[in-house]
Amino acid sequence: MEATTLFLDPTLASRIQFALTAIVHIIFPVISMGLAPFLVYFTWKEIRTDQGIYVQLRKFWLKIFAVTFVVGTVTGLVLEFEFGTNFAAFSTASGEILGGPLAVEGMMAFFLEATFLGIFVFGRERVSDAVYFLSAVLVALGSWLSAVWILIANSWMQNPRGYEIVTRNGADVVQLVDPVAAYWNPRFHWMFVHMQNSAVLSVSLLMLGISAYHVRKGDAGEFWRKSFKIALVVLAVTAPFQALHGDAYARHIYETQPQKFAAMEAVWETDTYVPEYIVAFPTDLNDLLDPRAKQIFGFGIPGGASWLAGYDPQTTIKGLNEFEGSPPVAIVFWSFRLMVAMGFWFIVLGFWGLYRWWTGELFRDRLYHQSLMLSGAMGILAVELGWIVTEVGRQPWTITGVMKTADAVTPSLSSGEATLTLLGFVLAYTAILAVYLYVVRRIVAAGPPDVESKEGEGS
Amino acid sequence: MNLETPLWGLPLPEIWFTAVFFVLAMFLFLDGFDFGVGAIYATRKNEEEKETLLAAIGPFWDGNEVWLVVFGGSLFAVFPGAYAGILSRNYLLVFGVLAALILRGLAPEFREQRSDPVWRNLWDKVFVTGSAGTPFLLGAFLANWVLPQPDFLAGTLTGLTLLLLTVVEGAAFLTIKTRDDLQREMLGYMRRAAPAYAAVFLVLIIYLSLTTDAGVVGVGGLAATGTILLLSLTVYAAAGRPHPYAAFVSSAAMTFTFVGVFAYLMYPHIDPAAGLLVRDAAVSTLPLNLMTIASAFLLPVVLLYFAVLYSVFSGPAGQGY
Repeated sequence: MEATTLFLDPTLASRIQFALTAIVHIIFPVISMGLAPFLVYFTWKEIRTDQGIYVQLRKFWLKIFAVTFVVGTVTGLVLEFEFGTNFAAFSTASGEILGGPLAVEGMMAFFLEATFLGIFVFGRERVSDAVYFLSAVLVALGSWLSAVWILIANSWMQNPRGYEIVTRNGADVVQLVDPVAAYWNPRFHWMFVHMQNSAVLSVSLLMLGISAYHVRKGDAGEFWRKSFKIALVVLAVTAPFQALHGDAYARHIYETQPQKFAAMEAVWETDTYVPEYIVAFPTDLNDLLDPRAKQIFGFGIPGGASWLAGYDPQTTIKGLNEFEGSPPVAIVFWSFRLMVAMGFWFIVLGFWGLYRWWTGELFRDRLYHQSLMLSGAMGILAVELGWIVTEVGRQPWTITGVMKTADAVTPSLSSGEATLTLLGFVLAYTAILAVYLYVVRRIVAAGPPDVESKEGEGS
Repeated sequence: MNLETPLWGLPLPEIWFTAVFFVLAMFLFLDGFDFGVGAIYATRKNEEEKETLLAAIGPFWDGNEVWLVVFGGSLFAVFPGAYAGILSRNYLLVFGVLAALILRGLAPEFREQRSDPVWRNLWDKVFVTGSAGTPFLLGAFLANWVLPQPDFLAGTLTGLTLLLLTVVEGAAFLTIKTRDDLQREMLGYMRRAAPAYAAVFLVLIIYLSLTTDAGVVGVGGLAATGTILLLSLTVYAAAGRPHPYAAFVSSAAMTFTFVGVFAYLMYPHIDPAAGLLVRDAAVSTLPLNLMTIASAFLLPVVLLYFAVLYSVFSGPAGQGY
């Protein structure tokens, strides 16, 4: 390679580009998957009770859902083709196992979601109540099914099973041997529950943040109070569940991806009675990527990490030094801690709200409202951090133990092309995110639609 | 059931080769008319007409675009080497198509959020650029896929052909979705676009037959060319009558024939530039069987969703939705 070049190495550029695409894209499915069950509930109540408040709730949140869905579609479409453009070696090698779930995701989930969304958004006056409610359910089902198939694919990359390596057209590729082992992966259940619950949790925080903002502004009619209370109930259920489930999930990581677990805890030497560090600082800045190397200060729970791994402080944790290659430990270590800390904060928010509701001060506790406004986007942030732990934590592998990320990139890709598209992505995705936020802010500021007027049902 | 041998002894790689192009044709027809509507949108000056055009595709375009997702997914699942080869060799072109699709998808959604002319003008431009850019760049991509070496002129001609085809589809769709003066204008577009499409397609075919040995002058090539010309004539005639539904169906048949020509020129290769044969590129029998079973169950259900959607929003737009 030349000593000085304006262009990035194609491998690095492709990785940054894919990470950027995924990080921006995931925001939108999280919101649509989390919002979908709320919309089913609002539609159900609208039809059963015939109360204006539920018409308003459905219309308002459906407006946000529709914008979110479109942005999610266009940003996600890119991901499917990026496997081929930037990771041709990976696609060639893994298509036999990973292509199937992606194709079925399109056929089973996206078609369902996209066609019935047409009816859900534009068809209130054109179909019966029953068909309308069915459309709401099918949109929700479609969005959740897409998570099923994408996580089946992802869980195979984390924990590959049911395959063997063969040579085809001169390249080593995976061959599907046992579909049940490959696609009914124990990792899948952990990921799916963790992901879907976090999506609902994130949306409840979003609703609480927005509702609290309107309550604080003083324009809180029944609409925002109702949104507030419904979201609070959901938060109070999903937040503690996420913590309990996440704790058990960590044990599954310890068993199936010990290298990732070691990175999450920054454990270098194999040991028992490993403490759970809450914070750890290195002695000098060169060690920043290695939070526990020669630490000057660390605060931890004795035996905590071992306990997390096996319900027993004597559990042995295999250190990073025993593995070939290592993920960027600091990113995984801190993302994990930050995610967990946020998780506990969400539990606090849930119980705080329930307590205020019980004392009758739910709409008067200004500190609580302020906290909710600050935490509105935090659920989505926690999801991002969780995915960073998952995806950065499995490095240097793209398919654990089978294919390294460095070997996955398109061999013929030039640095010029890769840098150019990366630049395009940074600009385009920043712009998309900015316009999306602007548009959603406008919808939120405008508040709920007037139920008296019958127009405004479509465009 | 024995999943280690091909289901009922069927030639699954060939069936999937056909299926992949079928899905592509579904995309180029269904989302194709959305692109055509977007291109025709450039000619609309008054707000009411613009909104009618947007309302016409509003409930449909998202579902239509999923055919592209399924096209990519099935190519990846059944011919992973070809999927990787074609996409990575046309790196910038693929991102061009994706960028155009992003613009097309976002524009109508963002446009309706504010009513001031500056905002709406901006998204109008974005919408037209994305709508016209997608079929043009996709056409260039198709040419690069079928030819052993990229050929700029063939790419441009194919892009232009596909763009005109989507205009025919879009005009045919809009004659169903509009009334009165607007409808008469759309019939006029259809009447002009159909012969223009036939002419450019003919030039493309002649160019390909002179510059490549891709078998254009064989029986199949001539038959396909004849069919396309005949269908163009049908659309032209249907525009004069007027028979909007007949024109719409003809434009669908035109799309399938157009895609058929490319599949025909390619076969038995799936990636001619890499010399990759359909037989060699396909995954092993077990996943092929699984994909076949899954699709045999899902595809009829998907067609049912579309039947429901299109019947809920049948007839002229702008009134009820």
